[in-house]
Amino acid sequence: MSIVEPLSVEDIKARNKELIEEVLRIYPEKTAKRRAKHINVHQSGKSDCGVKSNIKSIPGVMTIRGCAYAGSKGVVWGPIKDMIHISHGPVGCGQYSWASRRNYYIGVTGIDTFGTMQFTSDFQENDIVFGGDKKLSKVIDEIQTLFPLNRGISVQSECPIGLIGDDIEAVSKNKSKEYDGKTIVPVRCEGFRGVSQSLGHHIANDAVRDWIFDKSDGKPLAFEPSPYDVAIIGDYNIGGDAWSSRILLEEMGLRVIAQWSGDGTLAELEATPRAKLNVLHCYRSMNYISRHMEEKYGTPWVEYNFFGPTKIVESLRKIASFFDDRIKDGAERVIAKYQPLVDSVIAKYKPRLEGKTVMLYVGGLRPRHVIGAYEDLGMEVVGTGYEFAHNDDYQRTAQNYVKDATLIYDDVTGYEFEKFVERMKPDLVGSGIKEKYIFQKMGVPFRQMHSWDYSGPYHGYDGFAIFARDMDMAINSPVWKLTKAPWTPKPQPLPLAAE
Amino acid sequence: MMTQDADKVLDHFELFRGAEYKEMFANKQKNFENRHADGEVERVREWAKTPEYQEKNFAREALVVNPAKACQPLGAVFASLGFEGTLPFVHGSQGCVAYYRSHFSRHFKEPTSCVSSSMTEDAAVFGGLNNMVDGLANTYAMYKPKMIAVSTTCMAEVIGDDLNAFIKTAKEKGSVPAEFDVPFAHTPAFVGSHVTGYDNAMKGIVEHFWDGKAGTAPKLERTETNAINFIGGFDGYTVGNMREIRRIFDLMNVQYTILGDNSEVWDTPADGEFRMYDGGTKLAEVESAINARGTISMQQFCTEKTLELIANHGQEVVSFNHPVGVKATDEFLMAVARITGHEIPAELEKERGRLVDAIADSNSHIHGKKFAIYGDPDLTYGLAAFLLELGAEPVHVLATNGNKAWAAKMRTLFDSSPFGVNCKAYPGKDLWHMRSLLFTGPVDFLIGNTYGKYLERDTGTPLIRIGFPIFDRHHHHRRPVWGYQGAMNVLITILDRIFDQMDATTNNTGQTDYSYDIIR
Repeated sequence: MSIVEPLSVEDIKARNKELIEEVLRIYPEKTAKRRAKHINVHQSGKSDCGVKSNIKSIPGVMTIRGCAYAGSKGVVWGPIKDMIHISHGPVGCGQYSWASRRNYYIGVTGIDTFGTMQFTSDFQENDIVFGGDKKLSKVIDEIQTLFPLNRGISVQSECPIGLIGDDIEAVSKNKSKEYDGKTIVPVRCEGFRGVSQSLGHHIANDAVRDWIFDKSDGKPLAFEPSPYDVAIIGDYNIGGDAWSSRILLEEMGLRVIAQWSGDGTLAELEATPRAKLNVLHCYRSMNYISRHMEEKYGTPWVEYNFFGPTKIVESLRKIASFFDDRIKDGAERVIAKYQPLVDSVIAKYKPRLEGKTVMLYVGGLRPRHVIGAYEDLGMEVVGTGYEFAHNDDYQRTAQNYVKDATLIYDDVTGYEFEKFVERMKPDLVGSGIKEKYIFQKMGVPFRQMHSWDYSGPYHGYDGFAIFARDMDMAINSPVWKLTKAPWTPKPQPLPLAAE
Repeated sequence: MMTQDADKVLDHFELFRGAEYKEMFANKQKNFENRHADGEVERVREWAKTPEYQEKNFAREALVVNPAKACQPLGAVFASLGFEGTLPFVHGSQGCVAYYRSHFSRHFKEPTSCVSSSMTEDAAVFGGLNNMVDGLANTYAMYKPKMIAVSTTCMAEVIGDDLNAFIKTAKEKGSVPAEFDVPFAHTPAFVGSHVTGYDNAMKGIVEHFWDGKAGTAPKLERTETNAINFIGGFDGYTVGNMREIRRIFDLMNVQYTILGDNSEVWDTPADGEFRMYDGGTKLAEVESAINARGTISMQQFCTEKTLELIANHGQEVVSFNHPVGVKATDEFLMAVARITGHEIPAELEKERGRLVDAIADSNSHIHGKKFAIYGDPDLTYGLAAFLLELGAEPVHVLATNGNKAWAAKMRTLFDSSPFGVNCKAYPGKDLWHMRSLLFTGPVDFLIGNTYGKYLERDTGTPLIRIGFPIFDRHHHHRRPVWGYQGAMNVLITILDRIFDQMDATTNNTGQTDYSYDIIR
């Protein structure tokens, strides 16, 4: 807190509790009761954060959450670059999610890769009334004609599909037969399913299991297996994250045979069950398929965190522990190689960022995973929350990441987030595009922590340098000294606990 | 070897060009991606440029690739945000609202407030009445709006939720006071596009205030004044345009009401305070707008139903097609003058003269140049008309959400100019069609939104960014494209790209740089 007296942990807890009560007062009684379960003050030593999660959002409150389609097409499937993903239904869903997630890839777009394109069946009234299966068949035929190098097709269902009783599974099977066993994956990720993006991740994972693994079992591998084969699971290569991660795994002697799903291909998905270890970054969106591979193929999986040197070192060693000394030595070699870079980044940026406070509200893994990176720079995360976490995410958060008295807010509403930031006055907020301009207008430095604010990568050692630079340029931008006209009265700092 | 450096931090622009990353990519591709042979990729890449491919491409009946249109509720949210203290409320799945908010924020670089009734599976089975009842109550309590404007996602439309009945029930249950304004519009995503949604929402709001607030108030009686109403339509330049229109109206000294003014809510200051609501048409002004002598719409295809409603109340309605340029602005101003009985002041005539002067100065650089344009029906018409006025040829004009009436109107426009002889309109086509057109019938410049950069990359046609959304350039929405000054901005935007292109294609030292002129 830059403008108030330091408070004791107990004072902060009391203040945060008061703040929660105050925020809840705005709601009608029924809503206040429901929201109260989602906001809390973390108590150290507890096994979770003391909030309910993965529950329906309340109508009318301005939730920040998305939908199952966003979780499947936008997150899991969309980045598979050599497949064509049909946004099946009306035009909007595919339009708003078109190339906005920055899943970097290499390929000739429109010819052998299709990541930044928007393919849709563009439903019209007739398709709703008479059903869209015939149209879907034709869409697939036209894709085969015009995009002959595609390796597969997925059908990403939008809301109407499940409501009008279309049988996309039958269409997919028939068309697959017609096109010599081509991979065509129907995905039931209609936006009304579940409570957030999260169910879409799960449905998308299950679709990989049912329509890719089960079909490709026994298919010969295109490469000789090695004892050091791993697959990167749950890295969407936003701004190149998976690349700056892969390079470290390869430098320590492992061989990455697949990326899920940033810069990924169908062949990589198919080969993954042959990996010796699945390394899982975004637990939330891809734990399902990791567990499945463990059960069916015996492939172990390990969670890791490549944000910030402390967690990177921990993770490299954890990953190496699954292998022999060659890899363990490799991990130490990598750690030693990058130590000078880490030292110079911290020497440069820590003095500029030390003691600065951060509030986060993101999805997936970031509300916890990035905390270590901030702490490596001497910063402190004073509040965090998830769009679509489950309790196992809050357990991981409580046990490994947040400090005593951290404010926790699950599925935060626009109103709550604004009030929390207004009162806690953090030096930085990390959240999404919908939140960015609100806080910047309030004079609070902000970084988008979904898209890296068009920067990145943030993963790995190379990414940490960029992360540090970006946080510094957000917080220490001269613009924040300009928000008040010089002729207006200066705001008086108030001891917040006394409010 | 390592490229990263704390003193010169490399991000994605340069980092991945380092040798170690390049080697990593090559190995990944070779060993694990099952890539097609380079020759095969090259063969298909070349084939996709041919007339043969174009024929197959244009034979598409079902597949849409890279469309230049969005869905109805996006337009409804746009229209709703133009009213004082109004929170758009979209009944249906919540993910949609996350998308609309993100989409607008990426274009305007501004917050966009909007709520959802967050319908899920149970609502799909039982209907979304409870979501409406709870949703309105929460929105009203938390965000204290002056009005909540309801529209629908396709989910609510497919299951057939009845907004009128639901809102009535919600009021009976005390979600909001009985007299609180909750206009509504059904906005099915599988009909029309975002411009249809704008029209439906605008009509819903006007109808609400004029025609008895869904049976809860007396219908308004009209007492004609010499004022006018103005509707901008769905417009990515709304911030700059609305301010310019106000300036023009003030110069003309006319009494006016802008129905739907987003220029404040999408351009609030960074002064320490977040204004969830700012500006917008006052609700009382919406009511008094019934008395105006006429209503002018800047976008015909965006306001067809709204204008019909207004005309049925006895007003004269006049519509334009996103007027850009000298003649289009002349016609607009003359219509304003005629309806209100006010003269066009000398100041505006002087601005007109300055625009003509600027065109005279630079038209030789535009004359005879071929353009492709895509975007919304009205905008593409307005830009094509301006290009014809400049002596350029808008050879391919494409609107994914354009219909036959639009195509016919475009044809009439082309036929009105000697520069329109070789021009053609493409209704209902998408940017993958445009890609073929740019290969088989190359043009000098492409005008379109941000997604045009993919066409620029693939076909080498330089892109001039005019349209919606513009995600990858900042602040252009703050500049008007309407009025003589607006046309001047468009002219400069086009000229800048032409001159940039001249420089970029002549700056080869000792080869072509004789034409790398210092004066142009």
